[in-house]
Amino acid sequence: MAHLELRGVTRVFPATATTAAVEALGPIDLAIERGEFFALVGPSGCGKSTLLEIIAGLIGPTAGAVTLEGRTIAGEVPDGVGIVFQEDASFPWLTVRDNIAFGLRQAAGTAAETRARVDHALMLMGLADFAGAYPVQLSGGMRQRVCIARTLVQRPRLILLDEPFGALDQQTRFLMGDELIRLWRDTTATIVLITHSLDEAAMLADRVGVLSARPGRLLDVIRTPWSEQRGSGIIADPRFGAVTARLWQLLREESLRAMAAGGARP
Amino acid sequence: MTPRAVRLALVIGAVLLLEALSRLGAIDRFAMLPPSEIVWHLGRILLSAQYWPAIAKTLGNVASACAAAVVAGVVLGALIHRWRGLRETLDPLFAAYYAIPVYAFYPLFIVVFGLGDLPQVLIGFMLGLVAVIVNTLNGLDRVPRVLTKTARIHRLNALSAAIRISLPCAAPYIFTGIKLAVAYSFIGVIGAELIMARTGLGYEIGYAYNNFDNTVMYPLIVLVLAIAASVNAVFHRWEKKMLARRRA
Repeated sequence: MAHLELRGVTRVFPATATTAAVEALGPIDLAIERGEFFALVGPSGCGKSTLLEIIAGLIGPTAGAVTLEGRTIAGEVPDGVGIVFQEDASFPWLTVRDNIAFGLRQAAGTAAETRARVDHALMLMGLADFAGAYPVQLSGGMRQRVCIARTLVQRPRLILLDEPFGALDQQTRFLMGDELIRLWRDTTATIVLITHSLDEAAMLADRVGVLSARPGRLLDVIRTPWSEQRGSGIIADPRFGAVTARLWQLLREESLRAMAAGGARP
Repeated sequence: MTPRAVRLALVIGAVLLLEALSRLGAIDRFAMLPPSEIVWHLGRILLSAQYWPAIAKTLGNVASACAAAVVAGVVLGALIHRWRGLRETLDPLFAAYYAIPVYAFYPLFIVVFGLGDLPQVLIGFMLGLVAVIVNTLNGLDRVPRVLTKTARIHRLNALSAAIRISLPCAAPYIFTGIKLAVAYSFIGVIGAELIMARTGLGYEIGYAYNNFDNTVMYPLIVLVLAIAASVNAVFHRWEKKMLARRRA
């Protein structure tokens, strides 16, 4: 049984007083195995983030169904799902430690357990020296690490990443990518990553799903040839160029179509 | 020269000018006492303890009015923010609220609630309430969408999301509302005491005024100014500390 399964997932944004109905997505059929690192790429406005919000249970599909561990996701965020957004979602009024501990206050557990888990997450994300700092004192990359740590500390079984490194420069993205791979190996969680960057998708994922221009449909799923021990060093591997070239081959026409259509998100 | 030093120099300069004009007879002693004498009389009044009950009563009523306005304002602001229809209905009323002379209701409050403290507290509360509601709404409007999504990801219910995410995020705006509520509570309570009350700082100031007793009226006015300025300074410092954590 697949860990995460999408069957005929479609999303249509209904017409409003000022806009016509928008067919944003689908139908999409996809099965992701437990512990897999899956990336989704597609042109702007193809519904990548909408798909992620459907998987997270933040919005419902117009048609079709999403199942996680065999249970249909309906109307609310299921247990065991963590999500990291592109935008800075750290809480500016809390210290780094309190930001990370935020999710654990909901969960049952002793203060000592909470402290141990937060300490582990701080260490894992290289934030131990900044535990008492406020987000405003950190760089954009470090703030994103705080958000990732806040997600990881809850030990989610499915981690959804919506362009988490979108606001970072290329060098930091590669470094964060290395950290993400390391964390994925340590946590054994299933990861679904949405990204604009073909390099990032090719470097990080076991498989890369390519979406068409709106309404986003799955054009192809490409398996990468990397082992679990991969890192940013694979960009020197000739096969890396072949993977990104294949992705671009699939995406070029779609990107042109999206540009012609305006590429705006609904 | 820093803006703070300029402000201080302006205040000191104005006080010295008043002192000089009073001492030289340019200002009639019957109209105003020299500032040094006002301070001397204020010290005498505070030491005599004669006005302590009035001061305590006024400060207690201001604190009650302000606390009620803050609690009710934040709760109502959060509730109104949740219901778009209610918000659209009430927004024009909030915009026009401060055009209503709240003191016009004072006789009605006295008829309904009697001559005790409640009408004065109610006036202070009514003046402060809408400032807190409007600023709470303003702050909640600015909570980034990603944080409301984060609340859902953490499976918080509406109350937990408000207490743990929305309201802390909106705190700088709510704080502005609280500062206004403090000011309005002082204005409301002391104003109401001036109009129709049997005790309190406002009543004592009015009583001294009616009896041409400048040795009581001006010191009590200075006392009100000093208390209001001190409270404002404490809040200003607190606000600066809070904002420093949020802004680079």
